[in-house]
Amino acid sequence: MIGRPRKLDVMAQIPGKMVLAATACLFVLLGTAGAQGGGELRFCLRTEPKTFDPLKVEDDAAVSIRYLTGGVLLRMNRQTQALEPELAHSWKVSKDGRQITFKLRSGLSFSDGTPFLAEDVAYTVQQLMDPALHSPTGDAFRSGPGTVATKIISSTQIAITFPTPVAGLDRLFDQVPMMSAHSPKKEMAVLGPFMVADYKPGATVLLKRNPNYWKTDAQGRKLPYLDSIRLDIQPNRDVEMLRFRRGELDLINSLDSEYFDKLASTSPQLVHDAGPSLDSEQMWFNQVSKAPIPAYKKNWFRSLGFRRAISEAINRDDLSRIVFRGHAQPAVGPISPANKFWFDSKLHAQAYSSDAALKLLQTEGFRLENGTLKDREGNPVVFSIVTNSGNKYRERMAVLIQEDLRKIGMQVNVVTLDFPSLIERIAQNFDYEAAMLGLTNVDLDPNEQMNVWLSSAENHQWNPQQKAPETAWEAEIDRLMRAQAASADAKKRKESFDTVQEIVVEQAPFIYLINKNALSAISTAVQDASPVILHPQTFWNAERLTVRAAK
Amino acid sequence: MSVFRKLAWVALLLVVGVSMAANWLAPAGYAKQYRTQPNAPPTRQHWLGTDEVGRDRFARLLYGTRISLLLAPAAALISTLMAALVGGLAGYLGGGWARIAMAVTDLFLSLPWLFLLITVRALMPLNVSPLASVLVTFLMLGMLGWTSAARVLCATSASLRGSGFLLQARASGIRGVRLFGVHVLPNLTPVLYAQFWISIPVFILSEANLGILGLGVAEPMPSWGSLLKELEGLVSIGEEPWKFAPLILLVLVVTSFQLVLSNREEMAA
Repeated sequence: MIGRPRKLDVMAQIPGKMVLAATACLFVLLGTAGAQGGGELRFCLRTEPKTFDPLKVEDDAAVSIRYLTGGVLLRMNRQTQALEPELAHSWKVSKDGRQITFKLRSGLSFSDGTPFLAEDVAYTVQQLMDPALHSPTGDAFRSGPGTVATKIISSTQIAITFPTPVAGLDRLFDQVPMMSAHSPKKEMAVLGPFMVADYKPGATVLLKRNPNYWKTDAQGRKLPYLDSIRLDIQPNRDVEMLRFRRGELDLINSLDSEYFDKLASTSPQLVHDAGPSLDSEQMWFNQVSKAPIPAYKKNWFRSLGFRRAISEAINRDDLSRIVFRGHAQPAVGPISPANKFWFDSKLHAQAYSSDAALKLLQTEGFRLENGTLKDREGNPVVFSIVTNSGNKYRERMAVLIQEDLRKIGMQVNVVTLDFPSLIERIAQNFDYEAAMLGLTNVDLDPNEQMNVWLSSAENHQWNPQQKAPETAWEAEIDRLMRAQAASADAKKRKESFDTVQEIVVEQAPFIYLINKNALSAISTAVQDASPVILHPQTFWNAERLTVRAAK
Repeated sequence: MSVFRKLAWVALLLVVGVSMAANWLAPAGYAKQYRTQPNAPPTRQHWLGTDEVGRDRFARLLYGTRISLLLAPAAALISTLMAALVGGLAGYLGGGWARIAMAVTDLFLSLPWLFLLITVRALMPLNVSPLASVLVTFLMLGMLGWTSAARVLCATSASLRGSGFLLQARASGIRGVRLFGVHVLPNLTPVLYAQFWISIPVFILSEANLGILGLGVAEPMPSWGSLLKELEGLVSIGEEPWKFAPLILLVLVVTSFQLVLSNREEMAA
């Protein structure tokens, strides 16, 4: 009772205009905080972004910036793996898979205020398919010779027609940010939640909230919540980890298992294991007929029994448990189980049995003599596995495989080479016996793997660039891959690709080893983060993230 | 001989002695994988714990030390002999021969060693056993590491060319190879000796560098280089201090060599 009159007394001494002005200021401040105030998210890019042009993007850093700044017609939800409408509120793919028609949201504008219309979509598609631009994103749309036609039906409706059917046509638009046909800011005018505000080469990229972003949350609040995103360019993972530990960074998008466990031992609340990712590690034998290796070794490598025995003799559970500290799963085949739609659920990881492997080898004419496996002609089974130096996980996997195969009498020599030398051997002079490398899959659709499965392809690693398929099963894979690529029917495509997966597992041209888990670290200051297995694992929902200010 | 030098000799002899007894001290060997205990801390069974694939770190340290300590002197011997041949002869012959030999030496000196070793390693046949890979690695080091010593020997040999005892030998009718072998080479011995000792720690460190890059000795054979690779990514010293054992041993051996060497240099002078 004593205090209240005093307060009133003080208020009474302040002139009325001042009270009004202060109240107005407070209102404005509170209003600003209510509408925004999501804070600044800070994390590292491991390389310098090579471009801000969304159609020329190739590198991981530029892909991340494109994801955060680019507005796309359709977006694949990284959590459900389902395609969702974005700038287009509906779309339709023709039965022949050649045409897609979009109905666009009206009243949208780019970050600089330029309105977004159907002619911007036409302009983007023309740019994308321009052969002079050499757009890596555009390559996925090039299914055959001919030009792409765009027909503007109205300011909010457009039809795009391709010369030949494009498999998974609608999903490809997840990677195509719309560009303005008229904005003087060109590619810097964006439709995504953030826009590039500042770029210091070698140091940082600062993204700020796009004031014209069209999305709102369920309560009608404008998205994104974050005020800005600071991307520090930092190639050194140790430094990245130290800065995260010191609270200078809010997240690490991709952690390796060793760092994950170190961080988990002290701060388990910061680390997240989202389960198996799309990435796989595999080994294969050189089956190139002109390869400069002895003929008897080529016979081993071309023998199905030999390859299957090797696959059976490798303890994948140990690879996962020891090398990746349990943050990996034994691989099944070419598609990770994480790829919900395309994975063939009939397939299972190869069970480990050195006894069964040895029996299989015996049926192929191999015999064990004084601990050494020999073939029919008496040649001891000795071969080398090459992998890239500096990758400690692959080196450790090779050491475990070396020991697993020693148990069935094989002598494996592990050779680590610098990357250019390795590529020269496996892709140019074919002077190697077996190789171990990984495959980073960024796309769910198997069409992206055409360059691996077609026998004529350069990345058909075990025997690339064949003029005609050398085996019946490779001819069948060629047929099935072309069939799925030419079809617009998802069910038929899935059937074809399931058969491809079964053939690959049966024939073991690639011996799939493990699928790594998607590991990340996120500060507790970041709200509503929900890491997933697909890129960008931690900030796929960046527009809905907030960062609590440090106390 | 100072106390430090005596201690250095004791340390070297102890390290060599223990590593030679690896078969008795670690009978399970360096390649055995205890797959149920990867990355284990030190225990009574594994004194320095186990590595990432469950191999006994103590056994690997003993065998790795043996390999590095046996082969580094062998590589040093090769390089010293090559230096004696190229540098010693160039200095002895003088004139155009010396200029050509030193031009070749300068060319070798200007080559980026590391890249050269990586290139040579990449050109080698892939299917070599781990033992062969060890021998090849040190042979390469020996074949490429003679240049600095050759320059020193050339200068020393040239300074002998006009000396009185050589004039006397020539006056007595001694010529060519005999003159070089009987009168020049013995006078180069103290320098050769010093160069040999200098080269040993250099080759140990070179192999360690190659090992860190994954280009040295092939798995599963250990070497100091491959053992030091474990220190990559170690966030703090207190985290797993036992992993520093190969580093401590390397520092101890290289320091001991330097202390022993300084004594040799004094004797040579």
